Amino acid sequence: MTSQTDSLLKVRNLKTTFHSKGRTLRAVDGISFDVRAGEVLGLVGESGSGKSITLRSIIGLTRDYGSVEGNVYWKGEDLLARTDKQLQSVRGSQISMIFQEPMTSLNPLLSIGLQIEENLKAHTELDKRARKARAIELLDMVGIPSASSRLSDFPHQFSGGMRQRVMIAISLASNPEMLLADEPTTALDVTIQDQILQLLLSLAKNLNMAIVLVTHDLGVVAQTCDRVAVMYAGRLVETGSVRDVLKRPQHPYTLGLLKSVPENIPPAHHSFRFPARHQHWTHCRRAALSLPAASGRKMCVLVPNPR
Amino acid sequence: MSSLSYLVSRLLQIIPTFLLVMVVIFLLVRMLPGDPAIAMADAKATEAQLELIRQKLGLNEPLVMQFLYFVRNTLTGDMGTSILLKAPVSEVILERIPVTAFLTVYAVCLSVLIAGPLAFVAALNKNGSLDIAIRSGFQVGLSTPVFYIGLLLLTFLAAGLRLFPVGGYGATFLQHLHHLMLPALTVALYTSAIIMRNLRSAVIEVLDAEYVQFARSKGLSRSVILGRHVLRNALISTVTLLGLSIGNLMSGTLVTETVFAVPGLGRLMLEAIFARDYPLIQGLTLTFAVMVSLVFLLTDMVQAWLDPRLRLS
Repeated sequence: MTSQTDSLLKVRNLKTTFHSKGRTLRAVDGISFDVRAGEVLGLVGESGSGKSITLRSIIGLTRDYGSVEGNVYWKGEDLLARTDKQLQSVRGSQISMIFQEPMTSLNPLLSIGLQIEENLKAHTELDKRARKARAIELLDMVGIPSASSRLSDFPHQFSGGMRQRVMIAISLASNPEMLLADEPTTALDVTIQDQILQLLLSLAKNLNMAIVLVTHDLGVVAQTCDRVAVMYAGRLVETGSVRDVLKRPQHPYTLGLLKSVPENIPPAHHSFRFPARHQHWTHCRRAALSLPAASGRKMCVLVPNPR
Repeated sequence: MSSLSYLVSRLLQIIPTFLLVMVVIFLLVRMLPGDPAIAMADAKATEAQLELIRQKLGLNEPLVMQFLYFVRNTLTGDMGTSILLKAPVSEVILERIPVTAFLTVYAVCLSVLIAGPLAFVAALNKNGSLDIAIRSGFQVGLSTPVFYIGLLLLTFLAAGLRLFPVGGYGATFLQHLHHLMLPALTVALYTSAIIMRNLRSAVIEVLDAEYVQFARSKGLSRSVILGRHVLRNALISTVTLLGLSIGNLMSGTLVTETVFAVPGLGRLMLEAIFARDYPLIQGLTLTFAVMVSLVFLLTDMVQAWLDPRLRLS
């Protein structure tokens, strides 16, 4: 495990709870992890396991919707103790975020030039001309052809992959030390996915930027991450180097995730996928997996048969 | 370039609308019960005298010919002579357009000034006590007839507290503002209720949009997020509604101008209808149709200015 001193970000016992019509939903249930400078951490888990909410809670985007407890130490200072206004100097400047849906995450009414420059205006001392030059440089950096002529274009004039590049350009505008990437490739088609991932990785390397990469694709994790944290039902069930976790998963859920990668399915069983994936599994009602005690639900998990 | 072609195509669309309006006006007026010749002549007129008037007005010609005359004359600015006022219709109308235009613009400004901030306050306190208070207040405004609100304002603010004149238009700009305050407010209360409800729900929807979350993640200040990202997007649907309610608002001037004795087109229209003054009714209806068309055109222009997807596709 990382020593406490060289961690850029230390998340401790983070809990995010939503209240709606008398019901309480704990989306993130006491998770802790560290991210070092320049490191790529994969955060994996199925839909609804709390990955995105974890990212958004770190920079305080979930506050308006629910309550957030625990500590998020950024360079030793607790971000959760800051007010929304005090967080403004961290958001987009030291910690940036990119979202899953490039089609809906850019403002349709504003030119992309403006959407890049407003970040620069908020966080740098650059004047108008310098901001424009920097915006062109950023678009160039993320691989958008003839960048200078596209500043005045609007999001609907770009394809999905290009919009994701624009979003990356915006998030990198003020040289952040950490990028929170919330499934940045899920909405894109496969060939573009790979381009965007390679782009992110090379940029992270060149700029010495840490990335927390949320995904449910273990292939992506194997390809890109240094370490991986596995989330399930709002909790972290396993953390470790990608090599360790993928080769020797310690937790049944991680194993389940690995086993559910389709390439493990024998072709003959394609028509009946689920049992085929889990032919070595059996039900266990006393599994080590912990669910929120308050939920009162009993959980049945699958664990490997003893050989 | 493409913005210009959008403007041109939008302007061309007005022509068929305009023609259709002329057909409808022409037919409607001829379907009204009563004989304009009788209305023009005095009570003791003989049948021969009435026939003379009908001939002078062209009422004996076939309908198609009457319509063609109507179109030709209208296009050359000749809308006939008012039976009631014994003056050219175009002159009478041109004289009164500024009054109604002033009242309409005034009412729109008031509605926006009332509805805009309150919609934001309500949306940002969604389901809070402030939100509920604002919404219930406007609910009362929406469900009260316009003329009744007008009478209440007259009774308390004009007759009671003597803060405003009871009627009239005034001579200078400031006097216009003072004289038309109550009629404009009367119309604005109703319009702002509609605008407020729409803008509130639009703001609530936009606040949850991913691009607003992304804007927050960029570390922008709250005023930039609300002003640049939320307001603009929320305005798109509200502007359409505002355009439509200006149409309503103009027909509302028939009532308001009468209640407040404002010498505008609305009151003139009522007088023309009661006097069966065909040329004046036609002219006024056409004027209202043109004004509403222009408002819709303006609405579309504002939309296109707000939304590049309309402008550049």
